[in-house]
Amino acid sequence: MTLKSALQIITANDLLSGEVVYLTADGAWSCHHRNATIFAQGAQPLKHLAEIERGDTSVVGAYLAEAKVGEDQAAMPVHFREAFRATGPSNRFIGKQASAA
Amino acid sequence: MYNYTTFDKDFVATRAAQFRDQVQRRIDGSLTEDEFRPLRLMNGLYLLLHAYMLRVAIPYGTLDSRQMKALADIADTYDKGYAHFSTRQNIQFHWPKLQEVPDILEALATVDMHAIQTSGACIRSVTSDHFAGAAQDEQADPRPTAELVRQWSTDHPEFAFLPRKFKIAVTGSAQDRAVTKFHDIGLRLVQNASGGPGYEVSVGGGLGRTPMIGKVLRDFLHREDLLPYLEAILQVYNQIGRRDNKYKARIKITLHEHGLEDIRQRVEESFALQRARFDGADQDVLARIEANFKPPAFKAASTSRFETQRANDPFFNAFTKTNLHPHKNPDYAIVTVSLKAHGATPGDASSAQMRALAEIAKRWSHNELRVSHEQNIILPHVHKGDLPEVYEALRLAGLATANIGLISDLIACPGMDYCDLATARSTNVAQGIALKFDALKQEHSIGPLKIKISGCINACGHHHVGHIGILGLEKGGVESYQITLGGDGTQNAAIGKPTGPGFSADEIIPAIERLILSYLTLRHNASESFLTTFRRLGPAPFKVTLYPAKENQNEL
Repeated sequence: MTLKSALQIITANDLLSGEVVYLTADGAWSCHHRNATIFAQGAQPLKHLAEIERGDTSVVGAYLAEAKVGEDQAAMPVHFREAFRATGPSNRFIGKQASAA
Repeated sequence: MYNYTTFDKDFVATRAAQFRDQVQRRIDGSLTEDEFRPLRLMNGLYLLLHAYMLRVAIPYGTLDSRQMKALADIADTYDKGYAHFSTRQNIQFHWPKLQEVPDILEALATVDMHAIQTSGACIRSVTSDHFAGAAQDEQADPRPTAELVRQWSTDHPEFAFLPRKFKIAVTGSAQDRAVTKFHDIGLRLVQNASGGPGYEVSVGGGLGRTPMIGKVLRDFLHREDLLPYLEAILQVYNQIGRRDNKYKARIKITLHEHGLEDIRQRVEESFALQRARFDGADQDVLARIEANFKPPAFKAASTSRFETQRANDPFFNAFTKTNLHPHKNPDYAIVTVSLKAHGATPGDASSAQMRALAEIAKRWSHNELRVSHEQNIILPHVHKGDLPEVYEALRLAGLATANIGLISDLIACPGMDYCDLATARSTNVAQGIALKFDALKQEHSIGPLKIKISGCINACGHHHVGHIGILGLEKGGVESYQITLGGDGTQNAAIGKPTGPGFSADEIIPAIERLILSYLTLRHNASESFLTTFRRLGPAPFKVTLYPAKENQNEL
């Protein structure tokens, strides 16, 4: 997928729970998009992605997603698909949105 | 109901144990995701947007009380207290954890259920008429054939890696409730001129990005020739079906590219070879299967309470007008339980509702339940004298919505609320339409109408065969909904035609409202359905109402 945004985050699903996770600045995975580390588009996020694909067995299907910086400087999803992944289904108060409540 | 043999039980238990080992090897790193993915898909385990999803087979939509209760227990123990009944008569759990899936499969095996072949490029779980064995208009019970096909296709070594998935549906009624014309193979139980039993075999139907109506390959196939003939079709498809392009890999494209006559000739040549390999053992199996599908012991009792309650309770009366279907036994009725309470997600049921259904079926429907492809639950054998109690039990469980066949009885795939393939949501549109027309108190005056909604081009929500179809797409970074009109999934099969530009998520409900209000003014009288009106008038007047500004501009 071609990404238009200049800013990106790395996201995946947790191997065991399947939950959506985001790569943080210290190389760990967080369940909250606000903790995602934001990359400028370029070689660096691709290098991280290649490393994850090569050696990180704790997640499945890592990829780059478009991001923007929120008012508090935290990462925010751009595409509506990523917004649903960040919160949970819109037809039921369940998933991340319920965990955060 | 088909009762598992020792062979069936051993097979399912073995597969569950094998998957436990495979999961363990995935977790300890012995298997990569690329290696594990085909193994989990063979066992119905997907990884969707928010979590794993386990699709459990309900072959030809038939299950008993014990199985429904077990599904409710799984929803509570391993999921979030609900499950989703799909448009393929299956059930989906949307939040299982990988390490617990082997436990779920083990729990399923104890009640003769599994998730085998609910995914992958193989012959999928066979589907059928949800009123099978009960409907007044049924000519022959399709369930023994469906079970025979299930047994033949399960773990068939030659057809485990087909060019693409392969779906077979069976019906035994002239009124096709199983959408057979839109399956890779559609079987219709028929008789020849001398009354001999057999099948009309259609091939190459399908929905998805290239919708096609199945074509009749054989107008009469003798009953005992079924398996060698199916084997012949699958062999031809396996050999010449395209593997270079997944979008051209279904048999509908093979048929389209080669032509019906070419495929027929190839199948007949293969059939001539296959026929000799079947020595009649399959017919012995079929005879044993048929013994499982004897009608239940119907009781002889008064039905007077049914009429009395109809006269006294307007809500019960409304329910009986929409949610009952004529049964073979005039003292009985088929009850369709709506999983479409206004504002609910089509096909979703809570564990409490599933337990209530299990108990109701146990007490009043000879222990039997069915799942319809329209995402409702069927109680196939209810004595009319018991209907007041059944209605009350359903009402207490929030399952007495009187809307079967009406505008709010719409079907919808999970869409982008769950599915990683989806390009837009579908359940929000379903909820919006149901709530809008409930608020307007119009759905009974609108009459029979099938709206079907898919959240992507793969068409799990069957939008092509909706009288009104809605396809959710992404356009310019937002959800966009395209409307099709005139689709029909019955024996009068028709593919809906797009009306024009799509509507945004905010615009789609008002657009449907305009469409319906237009129909109400265009119909001859209250008995002319939307589909009949559309067929009489064509799309033009409906397009005018959908795109008023544009039409006006064109006229200037």
